[in-house]
Amino acid sequence: MLKFDNVTKRYPETGDVLQNVSFHLRQGEIAFLTGHSGAGKTTLLKLIAVMERCTRGEIFLDEQCLSHVKERQLPFLRRKMGVIYQDYKLLADRTVFDNVALPLAIAGFGHLEIRRRVRAALDKVGLSGKERKFPQALSGGEQQRVGIARAVVNKPPLIIADEPTGNLDPELSTEIMILFEQFQQVGVTVLIASHDISLISQMNHRLLKLDHGQLV
Amino acid sequence: MKKPVKKPNKPAVKHDTRQTRTAGGNFIDKLKAYRDHHAHALFSSLGRLVATPFTSIMTITVLALSIALASGFYIMVINVQQLTENLETSNQISLFLKDSVSNEDAVRLAGDIRKNSSVQSVKVISKEQALEEFKTYSGFGAAITVLEKNPLPIVIQVLPKNALKDKKELETLFKTFEQFNEVDYAQVDMQWVERLQSMVEVARCATALFSFMIGLGVLFIIGNTIRLELQNRKDEVIIAKLVGATNAFISRPFLYTGFWIGFISGISAWFIVAILMLILRQPVEKLSGLYEGDLHLIFLGFTETLALLLIASLLGVLSSWAVLVFQLRHTRPE
Repeated sequence: MLKFDNVTKRYPETGDVLQNVSFHLRQGEIAFLTGHSGAGKTTLLKLIAVMERCTRGEIFLDEQCLSHVKERQLPFLRRKMGVIYQDYKLLADRTVFDNVALPLAIAGFGHLEIRRRVRAALDKVGLSGKERKFPQALSGGEQQRVGIARAVVNKPPLIIADEPTGNLDPELSTEIMILFEQFQQVGVTVLIASHDISLISQMNHRLLKLDHGQLV
Repeated sequence: MKKPVKKPNKPAVKHDTRQTRTAGGNFIDKLKAYRDHHAHALFSSLGRLVATPFTSIMTITVLALSIALASGFYIMVINVQQLTENLETSNQISLFLKDSVSNEDAVRLAGDIRKNSSVQSVKVISKEQALEEFKTYSGFGAAITVLEKNPLPIVIQVLPKNALKDKKELETLFKTFEQFNEVDYAQVDMQWVERLQSMVEVARCATALFSFMIGLGVLFIIGNTIRLELQNRKDEVIIAKLVGATNAFISRPFLYTGFWIGFISGISAWFIVAILMLILRQPVEKLSGLYEGDLHLIFLGFTETLALLLIASLLGVLSSWAVLVFQLRHTRPE
């Protein structure tokens, strides 16, 4: 499903942020990506979302090579993954409903289908009844969950999350993790970057540990 | 136990993968969704313009005035053109005879001229006929009656053969007639009509150039407006890109914004021109009345109004498109 093959990412200013990273996530697998801050977690996620391109090596998603994907094909590639960002990346001037509906509108769904799916996604993250609110009116945890709803609403085969529980209390964090496990059970591959050791140890999943840009 | 659990999972994922590429539903549903999306972009972009009335009005006023200026020049030219079109164009040579020449001499002279092989027809206008004609067409009918003596000369009008094709022949003929003793003054009618027409042609050409420059200005003003709008909504563009929006999807509302700005400016320009014409109508009609003339102001017709709106809207869409193509390539998620 997702395969890193000797991936190196070098920035001119800081040098190698990732060095010869190789791993393979199978379909329906959950993995945690951990490491001290600055270890390269966010960079690795950015490479998957093709926000950055790797300097050396290859990344494959569903046998498609991400390193050489053309700019024109990027939108369609990104529809295959739901990304949850640390800073949520919500549209401040749109309602919760519109934020979650965005990937569906982009993919060309009709509005009845959009309404059905957005309701279901919001229900799943425990935000039903807040469709008409604007992100600023929500707490950090709620905004995070809007981001999660948006990432899963299109039912992508791959979900990537960057510190998805960073702003949530332990109880909510566990709930969100259980949510990810539910997606996993229907065959979705999930990669979660987190340094919440207690949470990670609670759950028995594969661990990818980055240390100074290398997998250990 | 594991195998039967896994089996139903697989098709679910396959189904998901397919749906992420394109929306579910049949072709008609997709078409409807596409139409809904366009409608949404059309009205939301108008809504955005209305939501920032001050900025929108400023931009649209500048554009409307520019477009009105170009349209105004155009109207001016077609009105002058209308005047020259009413003038009969021919290569007729008019020979104004000396006051001492009698009607009989004139008729004899006309007979001589008719014998020339290059001449098609000859017509003699006596002093009396000339006066009558002058009274009817000149607009100075009232003034002429005050005069005691008919000041008009006898005129022989000569229509040369093939004169329209051959300018040299016309020249030779003209020189021959000019040297006759009876002839006081000879004139090719065509000359001054041609001069006037070429002046109008210059004005028309200048208007075209001027309109082109204004069009260019409009292009840049709208382009800059869209660029600013794009900059204000950069976060939105990046987020849309991150969740898989194509550049076409992102561009759509901005293209509609460009369309609205152009279209509304076009309508405003039409009204500005209409008001100017209303103000000008009375003085022009008064002037026309003074010359006992038949001059009516021509305003923009239906096709011209349609063309004005179309060009204005097109300029809006075109400049937005150019800016979007350039800017979206450089707007990347960080």
